Amino acid sequence: MTVDTITQTDQYLTFKIDEEYFTVNVRNVREILEYTKITKMPDAPHFMRGIINVRGSVIPVIDLRLKFGMEATVPKSSTRIIVMEIAREGRTLVIGSLADSVKEVIEIAPDQIEPPPEMGTRWKKDYILGVGKYQEEFIMLLDIKKLFSTDELTRIDQPALEEEES
Amino acid sequence: METDIYKTEALEILDDLEAALLELEGCPEDMPLVNRIFRALHTIKGSGKMFGFDDIADFTHEIENIYDGVRSGKLKVSQDLISLTLAGGDVIRRMVRGEEVTPAEREAMVSRFQAMQKGEEALADEPPGRPPACEEKISAEKKQSAIWRVRFKPGQNIFQTGTDLAPLFAELRELGESTVVCHCQAVPGLAGIDPQCCYLSWDIVLTTDRGEQAIRDVFIFVEDESDIDITVLEDADSVAHIEQPLRLGEILVEKGDIAQEKLAEILANRPLIGQTLVQEKLVDPSRVKSALAEQQHIRKLSEKQKEMESSDSVRVAASKLDTLVNLVGELVIVQARLSQHSTVSRDPIAVSIAEEVERLTTELRDNTMSLRMLPIGTTFSKFKRLVRDLSKELGKEIVLEMEGEETQLDKSVIEQLNDPLVHIIRNSIDHGIESPRTRLAQGKDKTGVIMLSATQSGADVVISIVDDGAGLDEAKIRAKARERGLIAEGGELSEGEIYQLVFEPGFSTATVVSDVSGRGVGMDVVKRGVEALRGHIEIASRRHEGTKITIRLPLTLAIIDGLLVETGGEKYVIPQAAVVECFEQTREDIENAHGNNVINVWGQMMPYICLRQRFAIAGDIPQSRRVILCEANGRKAGLAVDRVIGNYQTVIKPVGEVYKNVECISGATILGDGTVALILDPVKLLKEEQSVLSRDKIRAGQ
Repeated sequence: MTVDTITQTDQYLTFKIDEEYFTVNVRNVREILEYTKITKMPDAPHFMRGIINVRGSVIPVIDLRLKFGMEATVPKSSTRIIVMEIAREGRTLVIGSLADSVKEVIEIAPDQIEPPPEMGTRWKKDYILGVGKYQEEFIMLLDIKKLFSTDELTRIDQPALEEEES
Repeated sequence: METDIYKTEALEILDDLEAALLELEGCPEDMPLVNRIFRALHTIKGSGKMFGFDDIADFTHEIENIYDGVRSGKLKVSQDLISLTLAGGDVIRRMVRGEEVTPAEREAMVSRFQAMQKGEEALADEPPGRPPACEEKISAEKKQSAIWRVRFKPGQNIFQTGTDLAPLFAELRELGESTVVCHCQAVPGLAGIDPQCCYLSWDIVLTTDRGEQAIRDVFIFVEDESDIDITVLEDADSVAHIEQPLRLGEILVEKGDIAQEKLAEILANRPLIGQTLVQEKLVDPSRVKSALAEQQHIRKLSEKQKEMESSDSVRVAASKLDTLVNLVGELVIVQARLSQHSTVSRDPIAVSIAEEVERLTTELRDNTMSLRMLPIGTTFSKFKRLVRDLSKELGKEIVLEMEGEETQLDKSVIEQLNDPLVHIIRNSIDHGIESPRTRLAQGKDKTGVIMLSATQSGADVVISIVDDGAGLDEAKIRAKARERGLIAEGGELSEGEIYQLVFEPGFSTATVVSDVSGRGVGMDVVKRGVEALRGHIEIASRRHEGTKITIRLPLTLAIIDGLLVETGGEKYVIPQAAVVECFEQTREDIENAHGNNVINVWGQMMPYICLRQRFAIAGDIPQSRRVILCEANGRKAGLAVDRVIGNYQTVIKPVGEVYKNVECISGATILGDGTVALILDPVKLLKEEQSVLSRDKIRAGQ
């Protein structure tokens, strides 16, 4: 998927990670939850923080700060978990993503979105679909399909195995 | 909608038809089986017509004609006939499912049926040889159980010959379920009584499959001196179909205890027939009692049979059951919260309400779970056809024996178990059992046996598939494993470990790829299938003697009993089935072990896994902690945790696709406070521990 595939004006949810603005299409957002205790999952990649209970269902939570190579999210009063839905091979992957704060829902027209710059960002270009503008700030439109590709999420970090390698 | 019901029913009848045909193959003379087949065909035809499936009805009609011939003795049951009917059944199945069946195909089939009906094919074929198991089967089939009424009036002098009557009744009870009523109206007043005389007589209602002679045999030593009247009341199997058991009055009339007219007279006046009859002194109270007992005996039997047939009679969409189970699951979680909250509140009323809710929830949960339980036999019987067809195709002689078909398992488990079992049985037929010639050369019976059995053991169901075939070739697997780099340089695997390699993806030692198996896909799929059900699979084998595959499955996928533990603030559930004992371990104990993860258990050194280390949980080990000794899949090891919270009944929630590769966790559960606890998989954890140990051993050896 590239920025060219965006052909219509859509609503986007904006949120902040560290000092930067990110956004995802509201169609992919199921709900926004307050921060709650996350149960740590052993053997999983470090950016997969664990699982939470959402009305009786168990949902995995990803820490985008860790995924982007920053320090882990420290929960504050503004911290939220954005529950997203990604359609994949006929199934829907539901995943929660930590955000330092959630801003608002805005409308962005396709011509307001530029392809991601080749250089000059601290974010891995792979996960950015395009760049838009929001109140004079750049906002990164996340490529959640790539970001939440199951291959990366399901990787195993088993301490016993690491020990084997050393 | 209605046609859907017809379709589901027709498919079920076809399954039954197939089972009956396969049985008939073993016992071609068995008339009740022929009748069962005929009935099945007739039902498919009849309701097919009703719902407008004329093509199915017409087609089935042709097969039905043949069995009409068999019933009337014009046709003999032959191997060909059964094969043809099986093929016909397959065509009907396709038609029911709405799959394409060309008119030409149908006509070809019909003309074969017609030829068969004329006896052409039947005569051309020799009557099939009867397998030895058959005779037993026939006599068992013929032993239809029936309800008997026995009137036993011993002669007055019977005691004088030293006869003890009590053992007679015991012997009758051995024949089957019996209801005994004693008549004592012949007993004289105290003045006239002769203590050496027998004044009593008995009515016994007995359900047995042993026939009249067996009942007569019981009375063999007393029959000369007694009045014994044995009559058959009902065919016990038909009792279930009686809408209402005989009325009391009807029984009395039938037994000749009262005339029909008198009964009618009484009936016109009063509703309570038994009481009235006694009041009017028409019938002795004990006679009424006896008739009542008979009525109840039959009613009980009829209820029992209805219960047995209930799996056919209640139809509920599976999705409704699933919803119910989910709701009950939620309820269990809420109940846990309530219990926790009430305990904290120390409000006695709240506590008692919470306890009541807990009791009800547990009962509701167990009942709901039982709704989803089905006997595993439903899956097993499908394999008969598979074995028959495959062994024919490969020119092998194989019988499939089954045991424990009544073992119950969760419906969804049974469904998902089908494919793995098919794979295993195919493998057994293709690679396991040798050709008859090879078998004879090795001094084995030329007929191979595949034994499929299921038993419940604790919270698990163990299914084993045993064949008496060639077994696995250890050397060949070892060579193959080396070739594929599955055994590390210098590494050595035990025989048992070698066999487990067949579950590796793409592993096959078959040199020839056959139609049936050998492509190396299969066993790993089987393993994944079983593990998806939270089950475990193991293989054992002995060259030239056979292979045994054991599958261990949890009874239900939805709920487990567990032990809730805590380590570093994180909570885990260990399935109760794996827990053996708990031990205390102090810091001194840990220091005394000099860095080895072993604990002294009743004088034996037992390895343990420190969950804190294993899951990389931060924090210090408390002054005193618990080591939980677990046993899973024959391995024993401890799990060290900070503290044990207590028993916990819990609803299992899948952790989802993202964590599918985390092997040591089998699921998650939601605790009373809404947080999530992980359910550990002891089998995987203990296995890891074992491999760490053996790795240490190898290192130590180097």
